[in-house]
Amino acid sequence: MNLTLKVWRQRNASDKGGFVTYKADGISPDMSFLEMLDVVNEGLVKKGEDPIHFDHDCREGICGMCSLYINGRPHGPKRAITTCQLHMRSFSDGETITIEPWRATAFPVIKDLAVDRSAFDRIQQAGGYISVNTGGVPDANEIPVPKPIADEAFNSATCIQCGACVAACKNASAMLFVSAKISQLALLPQGQPERYRRVQSMVAQMDAEGFGGCTNTGACEIECPKEISMTNINRMRRDYFTAKFFKEEEIR
Amino acid sequence: MSSFTKAFSSTLGKKLIMGLTGLFLSLFLIVHLIGNLQLFKDDAGKAFNEYSYFMTHFLPIKIISYLLYASIVLHAVYALVITIHNKKARPVSYASYNGAANSTWSSRNMGILGTILLIFIVIHMGNFWFKYHWGGLPYTQYEMSLSNPSDVKVTNLPISGEPLIHAEYVNTQTGREVLVAKDLYQVVVFSFSSLWYVVLYVISMIAMGFHLYHGFQSGFQSLGFDHTKYKPAINWLGTWLFGIIIPAAFAAIPIYIYITTLNQ
Ligand code: SF4
Ligand code: FES
Repeated sequence: MNLTLKVWRQRNASDKGGFVTYKADGISPDMSFLEMLDVVNEGLVKKGEDPIHFDHDCREGICGMCSLYINGRPHGPKRAITTCQLHMRSFSDGETITIEPWRATAFPVIKDLAVDRSAFDRIQQAGGYISVNTGGVPDANEIPVPKPIADEAFNSATCIQCGACVAACKNASAMLFVSAKISQLALLPQGQPERYRRVQSMVAQMDAEGFGGCTNTGACEIECPKEISMTNINRMRRDYFTAKFFKEEEIR
Repeated sequence: MSSFTKAFSSTLGKKLIMGLTGLFLSLFLIVHLIGNLQLFKDDAGKAFNEYSYFMTHFLPIKIISYLLYASIVLHAVYALVITIHNKKARPVSYASYNGAANSTWSSRNMGILGTILLIFIVIHMGNFWFKYHWGGLPYTQYEMSLSNPSDVKVTNLPISGEPLIHAEYVNTQTGREVLVAKDLYQVVVFSFSSLWYVVLYVISMIAMGFHLYHGFQSGFQSLGFDHTKYKPAINWLGTWLFGIIIPAAFAAIPIYIYITTLNQ
């Protein structure tokens, strides 16, 4: 396959940046999108040019490191996969592909296509955990959890923190991510003691990071590689309003 | 900041206000439409004028109407605040953006649709609501025969002369029930006899349909109300009742009146 790439190049956070067009020739349809970029980069290195900077790690759809906004959609045109799982057979020969970084105030560009997603880490640190005492290993299944609830919690827990939800949202809202991280704990018995505290501090941190607000367009759940559903966002809203309007527990 | 101010200034709280005011306004549309259907009656506007009087003079409805004005203002102001905040969250837009792949057109254009509706509301209220309250409307007298309800004598009372007031009584001499009412019906018929006005209304109702197609179900979500048992019903109502039937019924009124005035 022969392709034309329009790639966003930006030296560093303060650089203005712009699109550069590259030819990607002799690409195998069986390559992944990242492997295709590897080939292009090899060519650039041989020519003594600066290779295109992009994030990746596991390359099997589990770490959440890869990103890329491809032809107007995060993680490209396919549903429920990450960019590293996207194959070049999803494109046609001779196609022009536009590749951009995630765009959000809270995700500043580090270089080229890599953005700084540490805002997500700070939201997690604000309350995305449960406090337990160390000690002996508890027996498995000691605390009964109904199967549908356990399933739903595990669904929420599959979020890989990639940030595609923010990239897809026209408001750059992080609510799908935040609500998944809140839900995975709020649904289970172990998450109860800190449930209403957690939702308040994580939402406060989310707002402080400068993410937009949710207007229920539903773009996030369509583009999420792990198919996290918007039900999580509504669950977060319920918990948040309950905490703010009906609970006596105060937060800061 | 108190817990309440903090809650309402958060991204979730702002949308809670949008949802509450939006759903309240949607509910009002049903009441408004039922009243407007009186315009289809061939009674020289008697039922419609009675309804207008009731809506502006019955205390509980008056209180609700002030809540409505407040809701319109809050809904518009918060929409602006939220939009500015959300635009700030993405200062650099994408060079290639394929929104249609993951969201409805309505959901991405609520601001534009809402602006059309706001302009419409201002024109609409200026023309009918303002005129009704302060516009020096003409009065019309309806005299209904007590023995034969279909025998109604309609007299347009002159504007000059003594100031008139709304009155309902039985004239024992003529044996007729008399109603003297502000004639908003005349204003309505006059407005909708001009084509551009009808076009404005129809366009605005199409915008309302698209706005509510997303807005009605989104409002419930903003309250955190989302349940597999009720979601299909909410989506159905949002699409058919609020997205299509109600706007179509509203739009039918100016079209109907325009056609009837053509024949005169
Ligand atoms: S919710 Fe989905 S899109 Fe958002 S960070 Fe998690 S896995 Fe990625
Ligand atoms: S590189 Fe790990 S998910 Fe794509």
